[in-house]
Amino acid sequence: MKKFGKLLAATALMGLMAGSAYAKTLVYCSEGSPEGFDVAPYTAGTTFDASSKPLYNRLVEFKRGTSQVQPGLAESWEVSEDGLEYTFNLRKGVKFHNTAFFTPTRDFNADDVLFSFNRQRLTDHAWYEYVPGISWEYFNGMSMPDLIKDIVKVDDYTVKFVLTRPEAPMIANLAMDFASIVSAEYAQQLEEAGTPELLNQEPIGTGPFQFVAYQKDAVIRYAAHPDYWQGKQPIDDLVFAITTDAAVRAQKLKAGECHVAPYPNPADVESLASDPNLKMMEQQGLNVGYLAYNTQVAPFDNTNVRKALNMAINKQAILDAVFQGAGQAAKNPIPPTMWSYNDAIQDDPYDPEKAKEMLEAEGVTDLSMEIWAMPVQRPYNPNARRMAEVIQADFAKIGVDVQIVSYEWGEYLARSKEVDREGAVLLGWTGDNGDPDNFLAVLLGCDGVGGSNRAQWCNEEFEALIQKAKTITDQEERTKLYEEAQVVFKREAPWATIAHSVVFMPMSKKVEGYVMDPLGGHWFDGVDLAE
Amino acid sequence: MLKFLLNKLVLIVPTFIGITIVAFGFVRVLPGDPILALAGERGVEPERYQQLLVQFGFDRPIWEQYFTYVIGLFQGDFGTSIATKRPVLNEFMTLFPATVELATCAIIFATLVGIPAGIISAVKRGSWFDQLTMGTALAGYSMPIFWWGLLLIILFSGVLGWTPVSGRISLLYFFPQVTGFMLIDSLLSGQAGAFRSAVMHLILPTIVLGTIPLAVIARQTRSAMLEVLGEDYVRTARAKGLEQVQVVGVHALRNAMIPVITTIGLQVGVLLGGAILTETIFSWPGIGKWMLDSISRRDYPSVQGGLVLIALIVMVVNLTVDVLYGLINPRIRHQ
Repeated sequence: MKKFGKLLAATALMGLMAGSAYAKTLVYCSEGSPEGFDVAPYTAGTTFDASSKPLYNRLVEFKRGTSQVQPGLAESWEVSEDGLEYTFNLRKGVKFHNTAFFTPTRDFNADDVLFSFNRQRLTDHAWYEYVPGISWEYFNGMSMPDLIKDIVKVDDYTVKFVLTRPEAPMIANLAMDFASIVSAEYAQQLEEAGTPELLNQEPIGTGPFQFVAYQKDAVIRYAAHPDYWQGKQPIDDLVFAITTDAAVRAQKLKAGECHVAPYPNPADVESLASDPNLKMMEQQGLNVGYLAYNTQVAPFDNTNVRKALNMAINKQAILDAVFQGAGQAAKNPIPPTMWSYNDAIQDDPYDPEKAKEMLEAEGVTDLSMEIWAMPVQRPYNPNARRMAEVIQADFAKIGVDVQIVSYEWGEYLARSKEVDREGAVLLGWTGDNGDPDNFLAVLLGCDGVGGSNRAQWCNEEFEALIQKAKTITDQEERTKLYEEAQVVFKREAPWATIAHSVVFMPMSKKVEGYVMDPLGGHWFDGVDLAE
Repeated sequence: MLKFLLNKLVLIVPTFIGITIVAFGFVRVLPGDPILALAGERGVEPERYQQLLVQFGFDRPIWEQYFTYVIGLFQGDFGTSIATKRPVLNEFMTLFPATVELATCAIIFATLVGIPAGIISAVKRGSWFDQLTMGTALAGYSMPIFWWGLLLIILFSGVLGWTPVSGRISLLYFFPQVTGFMLIDSLLSGQAGAFRSAVMHLILPTIVLGTIPLAVIARQTRSAMLEVLGEDYVRTARAKGLEQVQVVGVHALRNAMIPVITTIGLQVGVLLGGAILTETIFSWPGIGKWMLDSISRRDYPSVQGGLVLIALIVMVVNLTVDVLYGLINPRIRHQ
């Protein structure tokens, strides 16, 4: 009977879709399947594209196409003098999705905020483990359990976050995917029906699109949310056609089977860009690929040795061989699209002769070292093996012998953390929240030694600057501190900064108003299709 | 016949136990760790890592994990996917019809083309037809599937525009899944053009997936046929003055079919295990692609459960083939 009911609902919906024969449908050929539709348990961008972006909102949102934060479900907020209390004034009249499986009886309010965060935060919360094995990795990964002391409902439209310490990136954190607001009323309905797992399969949010159906590994269907608080979307239906192979996505674009498709093969970029029906957008990715020396092991504890090696790396050759044009040389540890990027810094020149002299001056001869190459493909390093080979050839020119080593990915990540590790590690990072702290503190801070700080580098001057920047909420002041920190970084050279990727986005010429997200997400609100 | 069947069934038990051990051991022998794979560059704190180990039950002794797993299996519990947090059996059953549909079409295609090609080659041994067919079969057998699939897509979908690039049906059609078989569901939906769209979407993947079985079946048919055509009873049939069609079609073919059926049965087993490459190229939502994703995520329960389920299916198919074989060839069942 239940199945029959579902069938009826689907048929009714189908009639609805058929009725609007001229409905504008945008097809996005996505690169993979979402793991689920509740955002917070997951960490993958593919899952966020299918869940948090179309279906949900957050208290604050990244302004389209930037990493700047603007009001979302919170109209405004105040931060207390000591930086420990964040009070959010919530927007009124925000409607949740009204679907075949849920009819909301009230608007969004403080209860939804409390529910969305408390289920991730309080281990005794009824929804803390609503499906066996579910856990809140992003929330944990961003140290939220230590940071948030309490979340208080002041009234129906006011919520106060109390922190254990001042944390300037807090607002940016709340714009991240895991901070998506889910409906407490829907959760209650599911709890009463004894089917909590449906929160992850038939989602309800306040976002620009509402969920219609998902055929596993094949198609996700959404419809525009008619009562969206920012107005109904220009397109009526949004369809994700899951297409894992990049070459096939390119063919589907050319054949007109999809309007937008992400992550083209570098080799296909030119032919897609020259197709008369397609256009190509591009943007620098919010990432960095680097080579981290172990600054605690001789001779790499010597700044001049690291500098000399950096000068021996021909970045242009890497951009050509590894990125095939889809990258730009990196001089700073943060990407150029991020605020506080210090463009005044000069990169170390490519000068093998000088590098050789510098090594000799330091008494380093017959140096033999390992370079670690990641076994996986990443936007910041599409082919680590190839990159390692190019660097190996560069270093050979200054008399440094390189062995390339690699491990299985999990093993690679674990072993590269070891403080007494031999060799320099190729790795990279993609920004979470557009805050420089998310790069500089995570990757180069003293806390990260033996962990995410693969250079095992702890510099007092640098550390003082980034710690200070963390406690100040004024962005101008923070910018100055981070700019200075980048000067220290360049002088001390714990890494060879290699490249930032360039992300290409081919799409049909009919697509209007698509804006690329520097944080790497794919958003379809505000997008239209020309007739 | 009953004894023959019982003998076969008894063998299934140790095989099944063996499979659970292999499936369970296989994922653990693979280098890598599901928790680290899940965490990626972001990493995971040592205390959190411990918590997750306990949560997934990976902290317990390996034999205890194994027995818990096997007991679960007998209760129909194949575990819960680490990635999607949904029951493995549920995931498998959602995707399996797509794999079955494609495998069935591929094997029908391979049989319908492969057997006649093999017979004609055998009868006209050494002719240009024989040489061309066997040359093509060898090429088909050695063809890198990924390349072959892309080539067909670029030609038929890109240049000629005859077939869709990928997927199971045009996105215009949207109807509830009843059986999970798109050909049937599209008919049941009553939507005009849906069935045709489903058929068009099946053509290229069928050809790509069917290529290797087609080559194997054609070569097997040819050699079996050649062997049989040299037998005394064929000579007798010819001496009786029977027509060529009758000699080949009735006397020779029936006997030549025995090894060919075995071959087809084995191919079915392979194809039902999921056609990883074909499913990936054509964005076909089947279990091959699902297994591949699960392996790269080190999703132990999914890989383990998938392996056991696939092995079960292969076993059932092989049993069916054995029975069929016994029916066709009385000598087997009386041995």
